[in-house]
Order: sequence, then C-alpha cells, then structure tokens
Amino acid sequence: MLTLALRPIIISLRRHKLVAILLVLQVAATCAIVCNVGFMVASRIQRMQSPSGLDENALVLIRAQDFQLRSDAVQRHRVDLAALRMIPGVEAAVVVDSLPLSRSTWQVNSKPAGSNETAGGGISLTLYSGTPGELATLGITLVEGHDFTGTDFMPMRVKDGWAGLDDVDAMLVSRAVAEHYFPGRSAVGHAIRIDKHDRRIVGVFDHLATPSPGVQRRPDYTVLMPLLPDDSEAFYVMRCNPGDCDRIGRKASEMLLTLANDRLLAPPQRFAELRANFFRRDQTMIGLLVASGLALLFVTALGIAGLANFWVQQRTRMIGIRRAIGATRRDILRYFQVENFLIVGVGVVLGMLLALLLNVVLMQRYELPRLPVAYLPASAVLLWALGQLAVLSPALRASNVPPVVATGSG
Amino acid sequence: MLSYYLWLAQRSLRRSWILSGLMVLAIGLGIGASMTMITVIHVMDGDPLPGRSGTLFYPTLDPRPVDDGGRDNENSGTLGDRDAAVDNFTYVDAMALLQAKRASRQAVMAGGRALVQSADERSTVRPSYEAIHYTSADFFSMFGVPLNRGRAWGQSEDQQRARVAVISPELQQRLFGRRSAIGQSIRIDGSLFRVIGVTAHWAPQPTFYQDTHAGQPYGEPDQLFIPLLSAVDLDLHVNGTACWSKETLIGKARRMSGSCSWAQFWVQLDNASEVAAYRQFLQGYAQRQHAAGRFERPPASELYPMRDWLDRAGWVPSDLRLQLLLALSFLGVCLLNILALLLAKFLRRSGEISVRRALGARRLDIFVQLGTESLLIGVLGGLLGLLIAQLGLWSVRSRPDAYAALAHMDLNMLLLTLLLAMAASLLAGLLPAWRACRVAPALQLKSA
Repeated sequence: MLTLALRPIIISLRRHKLVAILLVLQVAATCAIVCNVGFMVASRIQRMQSPSGLDENALVLIRAQDFQLRSDAVQRHRVDLAALRMIPGVEAAVVVDSLPLSRSTWQVNSKPAGSNETAGGGISLTLYSGTPGELATLGITLVEGHDFTGTDFMPMRVKDGWAGLDDVDAMLVSRAVAEHYFPGRSAVGHAIRIDKHDRRIVGVFDHLATPSPGVQRRPDYTVLMPLLPDDSEAFYVMRCNPGDCDRIGRKASEMLLTLANDRLLAPPQRFAELRANFFRRDQTMIGLLVASGLALLFVTALGIAGLANFWVQQRTRMIGIRRAIGATRRDILRYFQVENFLIVGVGVVLGMLLALLLNVVLMQRYELPRLPVAYLPASAVLLWALGQLAVLSPALRASNVPPVVATGSG
Repeated sequence: MLSYYLWLAQRSLRRSWILSGLMVLAIGLGIGASMTMITVIHVMDGDPLPGRSGTLFYPTLDPRPVDDGGRDNENSGTLGDRDAAVDNFTYVDAMALLQAKRASRQAVMAGGRALVQSADERSTVRPSYEAIHYTSADFFSMFGVPLNRGRAWGQSEDQQRARVAVISPELQQRLFGRRSAIGQSIRIDGSLFRVIGVTAHWAPQPTFYQDTHAGQPYGEPDQLFIPLLSAVDLDLHVNGTACWSKETLIGKARRMSGSCSWAQFWVQLDNASEVAAYRQFLQGYAQRQHAAGRFERPPASELYPMRDWLDRAGWVPSDLRLQLLLALSFLGVCLLNILALLLAKFLRRSGEISVRRALGARRLDIFVQLGTESLLIGVLGGLLGLLIAQLGLWSVRSRPDAYAALAHMDLNMLLLTLLLAMAASLLAGLLPAWRACRVAPALQLKSA
C-alpha cells in the first residue's frame, strides 16, 4: 500500500530531477550548518554558566591600582580593611591578588613531594593569594582539613621577584589537585613540591575556577597560598547582603579614596559584572550564531514553500484530473506532504553526514569539541517539521483545486 | 536589445513578485552577512603603513638554550609553533643589531603601560595609565610618524638616555588643554620627562610594531614615546617578558639580561640587494654568537617582510574567521535556494520560450534574456545586501572589542559587494538559463 502511494510521487520527482536534487542539497547544507551552530551555541552557553566556586551574588569588588609599588602595601591593606569592615552591612572584607574570570593569572609548575628537578608527573598550578579570611569571604567550600592559621601568612614580596613564595609552606588545594596527586586518599597532611621545596596541604576546597578559563573544559588546578598581596594592583572584595551590595560598593570606594588618593579605583563591580565582562565576546557570538541559524532556516523554508508553490501551479491540471477520477482533497494534500517528506528526508540523511564532516573540520581549525550524536536526530526532526510547515499552505491550495479545472482549462 | 531584455526581465519579476522578492531577499541576506564579515576582516588585515610597508622587515634570532624547562614566562609564552623567546629580542642582541647599523634605518622598541601625570603640582588633571612605547631614534623616520609640533629625539639623545618624550595630540589635550606641551615636564611612573614633540594623530591598524604575543593590536594607539634606554634605566613596565635564566632575575638586571626576550626590532631595507646583505649579516651574527657559546642551539635567523610577519602573528581572532565561514556558507545556501527557484521558474516558462524560439530567437538569445533576468535579481539583491551589510557593520561597531570601531566600508568594499551579488546571481542563473534555452520550439508549441 505504501509503495503504491509512493510510486507516483517518485515518478513525478524523476521528471523534476534537477530541481529536486537542488532542494535536497539545500536541505542537507542547512541541516549540517544548523546542527553545528546549535552545538556551538549550547557549548558557549554552558561555558558562560560554568561555576566559579565563589558565592557570586554576595560579593562586591573594587580593583585598585597604586600609583607606584609601595613597600608598605601590606600595612596599607590592613588599614583599608579595618575601615571597610566598619561600614554597616559589610560582613567580611579581604584583599586578594586575583579572582576567577579576572584574567590576572600567576602560574607555577608543581611536582610530587621530594622529587628532583627533572622529575615528571607534575602539573601547572594557578596560584591565588589574599589576606586572612579569603576562604570565608569569597564563600569557597572547604571539603577537608582547615583554613590557614595566622602564622602561616607572609608578604608576597613582589618587588623581589615574588620571593615570598619561598617563605610559606602551607597551602590549600582544589579537589582536582588533590585527586591528581593523591587519588583515592586524603591529601591533607601530605605535601606537593612547588619551586624548590615541598608545601604542606592543610585543606582541600571544592572548586575554584582559573582567572581565564579557556574554551576547552580543563580541571581547575588551583591553589590558595597564605601570601599577603603587596603588588601595586589588588582587589578589595567585600561580602554583603545581595540587595545591599551596590550601596556598599559605592561607600567602600569613597572610603578607600579618603584613606589614600594616590591610587586609581575602578568602579565597584558585582561579581556578575566581572562574569559578563569576561564572557562578552561569547555573548556576541551566541547572538550571531542564533541569528544566522534562524536566517538559514528561514531561507530554506522560503525555498521549500516557493518551489511547492510552483509545482502546485504547474500541476493544477493534473490535480484536477486526479480529483475528477475520484481522489479526495485529503489524497491531494497527502501527496504534497509525502513528497516534501521524501525530499527533506533524503536531504536530512545527507545533512547528518555533512554535519559530522563539518564538525571534524571545525574541530581541527577552531578548537571545538566533538559533536554529540543527539544533535543529529534533533536537527533532522527540526528540518522535517520545518518542511511540513512550509509545504502546508501550497498543499492546502492544491487540495482546493476543483475537479472542473481539468475540463475547464484543458 | 539589452534594454528590451531588461524590460522583459522586470515584467517577469513583477509578474511573480512574491517569488522574485524572496530571491532578492535571500541574496540580500547572504551578501549582507558575507560582506559584513569580509569588511571586518579586511580592515583588520589591512596594510598598516601604505607606501612604507614594502621596505620594512622584522629579523629574528634564536637565543634559547637547548633545555629551556622551567621557563619563567610573564604574560608571554609559546603560541602554536611561535615562541615569544624567538619572536622578541633580548636586550643584548637588539643593542648589538642597533649599533651595527647595517640597515638604512633600524629601531629597537617595546611597549608598556605607565602612569602619566603633569609635573605641575597645581594641575587638577588626575593621573592615568597610558599605553607607552619605548623606542630608539629611527622609529619616527622609519615609520614616518607625522609630527604636529616640536621634534623627535636623535641618536645622541638615545645614547645620553635623555629624559625626553614625544606625546600624542590626545595626551597633549588631556594634560595641557590649549597650552603648548613643548618644553613642559610630565611625570612617567614618577620620573620627570620633558616633552619635545607632539605627533599628529597616528594609529596604524594593526599596531604592527608591537609584541606579537601581547594582546590585540587594534584600536587604542600609543599615547607617548620615550627613549628605550631611559625606560631600561628606570625599569619601567614592559608588556610580556620571557626568561630562561637559571637564577631569578629582577629589576634592571632582568631587563638587560641576555636571557630575557622582550624587545622588538624593525629594519628598513630599500632594495633586494640590501635585503640579501642584511640576511647574510644576520646569519653571520647568529653564527658568531653560537661559536661564542651564547646561542646554544644551531645558529638560526630569519628576516620577515612586514606582510609575512603580520600573517604569522595571526591577529585576526578565530571567532571572526568562524563568523566569516558561517556567513559564506549562509550565502552558499542562499545561492542553492535561488538556483532551485530560478530553475523552476524558467522551466515553467517553457511555453513562452518555445514560442520565442519558434519565432526565430536563437538559443543564445534565450540564454542572454534569462541571464539578464538573473542579473537584475543580483543587482537588486546586491543593493539590499549593501543595506544589510551597513546594519551588520553598525552592530559590529557596538561590540566592546578594540577592532570594532574600525568596521567601516570603503568604496572598494562597496563595489565588491555589488560585484559579488551580481556574480553570485549570474552563477546561480547559469544552469537554469542553460537548461531553459535547450527547450525545443516545435514540441512545446504542440503541447502548449
């Protein structure tokens, strides 16, 4: 029965071979592109929403830049923080050298404890440091061990080539670092070698993103060091009630300038603004990808509708004859729908192959991950639905051709 | 004859105006999207110094040790097969090449950021961080930096490590308003410098002379220039330094070390024999350094023409290349669309065509007639595409990236748009027109 219904359609398509092939190609290209575009949009959105590990809503920050490298920077931060903590509504305040998504990064190589200079098995760590209380203020979740104690802290000594790194021996590491060096067992109390000597792990925190997470998802090999920032650039971070943060930011900015005006303060920022800033290009790209995907679908739908229209006009006489010899309106409607289903079907099958091919090319040239297979049937269904939608109006028009036309214009 | 075909074409387009409109819309969207991206990449990939770039060259040496494990990279490292240690110069090598004076002009340079303020205690202008370039004297004559007032410094001032500065007109305006800046003092990271010149607005795009490993070279031009040796003396901030020394170097020692790359070096070579001679000199220098034990690896040197150097730098972001690819494939689908529609449209007119054929029109006549019709669609689509591209560029300009402000269409791009649209529609019309002109006259007359 089915082959009986398909036969006239296939025969008729053979007569329009070239046009049908072109339409198939267009559907295939659209399917391949839309599939990849959809995947790119999804992966960018996922990237933009990747967690930083901080309690983002409860933070307001001010980036400060001293006019020169100061030898009393640690003292200055202590005075500033004491004043900031006096502002009503400030629950906690710290000075940190960098934050996730702030683009300011400090990386060092690490090795298993006790290994010599040429040993392998190491990973590159991203260091964060700040004044005491960083963990609690930023809302980083400690999963094991404890926070630094007051005696762990030493100045960073940026002026002497970050020499402070040699003076400290405690550190907090992310779960990813702990699992890399101590898989399946507790890392607390063990050591990792950074630079020339081993550092003791006092605690493990859940997650802390790097200052510039890349396109590819990598484990967060991040570490907190008990180093007091003394560079000319630093972040003042305050913990506040989410509804009150903007006011506190403005207040804090005024306060800091009153205490010392030989520095530049960037406008106070909520963490959400830092995030939006970091991902602004992705935001633009998502808009662009979505727009071009929609435009592509639009043009293809127009093409399908346009051609169907032509075919209906061209076959008006034949439709009339078929109606005259007993075909119902439903039969005619069905005819055009099945025809469209066939053309789009062939296009979609070809398109899924093309999509995989395109993904391979994009993977080589643009650092894109592999296309998950689920995108293929999804885009196939989308194009089928689009095709049926586009052909509906011409097909309805065809089904309304009265039988008399056969005799009338013939 | 052509006007008759044009008349026929517009009649045919008007008769099925919805379909024709769709075709024009499709080609307009495709062309508009493509031209937006082509224009953006064109302005980013343009010639930064028209008329001069042909004589400018960038040499490289390879001072790396055989084992450079434990490299200390500050904002700077390896990018693909490019290594900042090779692409930038150590102080020692840059100074040696500078003093050798083997090119007709040569300059060493490096970029940074510095706190700039007026030396006048009463000035109310807040200090600010500005993009600064540390250079040697030939920089100005070699790159043709135009001066509004005053002068650039000379080689003797380079050697004296003079505290002099050439500033941009924007900085002059910000610090001194309408007063002349010449002879005035400014503080750069706290140290006093005397302004001796003010440039005219000079912002080559891209800023080709900057470190190819440090950030985007579009938009923000340098606000001031000072002698490189003065900057080394004061240990001012430099964008990007790669060191491979065993001991930790800090301050001025780090700047002047033979195992820290951070400077750029450009030469002007006016003809092929000068280029060949300089190549030889450069390789000779590398060999001597290798023989002396300073360069551990086999002696290697390169001399890149500016164009090749910029291509190597790969400054156009990959997101933009992806966007161009997307726009072009969109245009491709639009063309497929038009191809199918035109084919259907022309074939439906088999009756009309066979009548014209029977009345004596040659195949060529039919072909030209239908070709004219496709071309008309192309021209209309191109005009629409221009409009859409302007919209597209306007939206690009609102992006926060530094290159965004450059996204404007020049006359060449305007013409290219129309040409592309016409070529595209002709291409799409070719197959349909060819198919249609093969319609046999008698047969169609019978069945019509």
